[in-house]
Amino acid sequence: MSPKSTDHRAASSLPFWIVIGTIAATYLLFIGVLLASSATYSSPGDWLRALRAREIQYAIWLSLFTCTITAVLSLLVAVPIGYLVSRGQFRGKSWVDAALDIPIVLPPMVIGLCLLILFQTTGGRWFEEFIPMTYTVNGVILAQFIVGSAFAIRTMRSTFDHIASRPEEIAMTLGCSRWQAVRMVTLPLARRGMFSAASIAWARSMGEFGPILVFAGATRMKTEVLPTTVWLELSVGNLEAAVAVSLLMVVMAVVVLVAIRSIGERP
Amino acid sequence: MIFLRNIAFAVGDFQLQNLSLEIPTGAYCVLMGRTGCGKTTLLEILCGLRRPAQGQVFIDGREVTSQPPGNRNIGYIPQDGALFPTMTVREHLGFALRLRRRPEKDIAARVEELADQLSIAGLLDRRPLGFSGGERQRVALGRALSFHPSLLLLDEPLSALDEELRSEMRQLITRLQRQHGITALHVTHDTAEAEAMGGLRLLMRNGKIEKITNPETRTSSFEKPIS
Repeated sequence: MSPKSTDHRAASSLPFWIVIGTIAATYLLFIGVLLASSATYSSPGDWLRALRAREIQYAIWLSLFTCTITAVLSLLVAVPIGYLVSRGQFRGKSWVDAALDIPIVLPPMVIGLCLLILFQTTGGRWFEEFIPMTYTVNGVILAQFIVGSAFAIRTMRSTFDHIASRPEEIAMTLGCSRWQAVRMVTLPLARRGMFSAASIAWARSMGEFGPILVFAGATRMKTEVLPTTVWLELSVGNLEAAVAVSLLMVVMAVVVLVAIRSIGERP
Repeated sequence: MIFLRNIAFAVGDFQLQNLSLEIPTGAYCVLMGRTGCGKTTLLEILCGLRRPAQGQVFIDGREVTSQPPGNRNIGYIPQDGALFPTMTVREHLGFALRLRRRPEKDIAARVEELADQLSIAGLLDRRPLGFSGGERQRVALGRALSFHPSLLLLDEPLSALDEELRSEMRQLITRLQRQHGITALHVTHDTAEAEAMGGLRLLMRNGKIEKITNPETRTSSFEKPIS
């Protein structure tokens, strides 16, 4: 006798949700404990003392300034490149695609070293006569830009991948040039993606340390950004100040990301 | 008149070869064929979104093979309408005219006229999110007609609509096509739809147009397959 179809009973999906819920909760708990332990390690008095230090105030403003410039520059290159690799059909596209990820996979110190060597070449030295790079604030921005822009390009590429090309093509049949169609139809749809590309570039730049240390140095009141401060304070054994600056970076990153997201999600 | 001469095009395994086609001015032409037989590709070649590997495209006696889509004066209505999500219906209907730098007064008048003809006056200040299939197609139709094109291309315009809306839309398309005196090429995989639209009927198979019949005379316009 063949078994009836009603003999089969699917197992409950409750255990599935319990397992993935537990994994997510454990992960979030770990991050929470990580931040809480740092927060409780130092006292509010330590934080205030650290924040009042002139060098640290300079590092805060330099970090905010360089990250913002980097985010804007990253977006300026990420929108056209993201569009090209998303919509363009050309020979060697997979190689271009892979090359765009090089800054993401290169070890940070190597990026710094490559930059240092680049500006020791004849062309690099000539360029520095007009815009000094090595051991300057410009160098900080360039080092942040290399990694920040690579992440912004990835974000813009996936943004354009998710926007249908049909409306843009229809705009072209209505009389638009390609640029007009992109500007009037596709870019307004990519607004959220542009905000997230800029915020990712900003956040990556805020934490950037290796290439900056190698290429721009760690000179107080000159090229010291917040990650440099943490490193400098740690190296002289001032753990409280290092923790205070670390927490400040966490707060700044969260505030800026939430602010950018809320602007980007406004209809 | 629309004239395609010896068009060839290949993408992946798909091939269009040595394809010729002629549609007289003012005709309503329905091109039938199975899904995936190359109908949409043919429309894209006509409106300039794809370049044929060889052959020529003529519209009203003018060769447009290497012209960009915007210079061909063709209104294209894709299957899903492909509306612009960030624009209101008013902006859709005025889009092509604004590109042509028409005075705002003329644009407003044209928008009102189209909204009236298509019964979408109530939607003018809304964005397309949440529109029904019928509403989307009406807006797409208005947008395509707004700049008085010489040719209207319709890619399965009724496939997403229910039966009742279909016949309403069918009548609307036919009425507007006659009113505007425009040549139309309508592609569909649905034989019933093709019969209901009337006009000139073509069949596309294996990348070629194999048969042309004129239902009004019930005779074959071409005895042999045109290729």
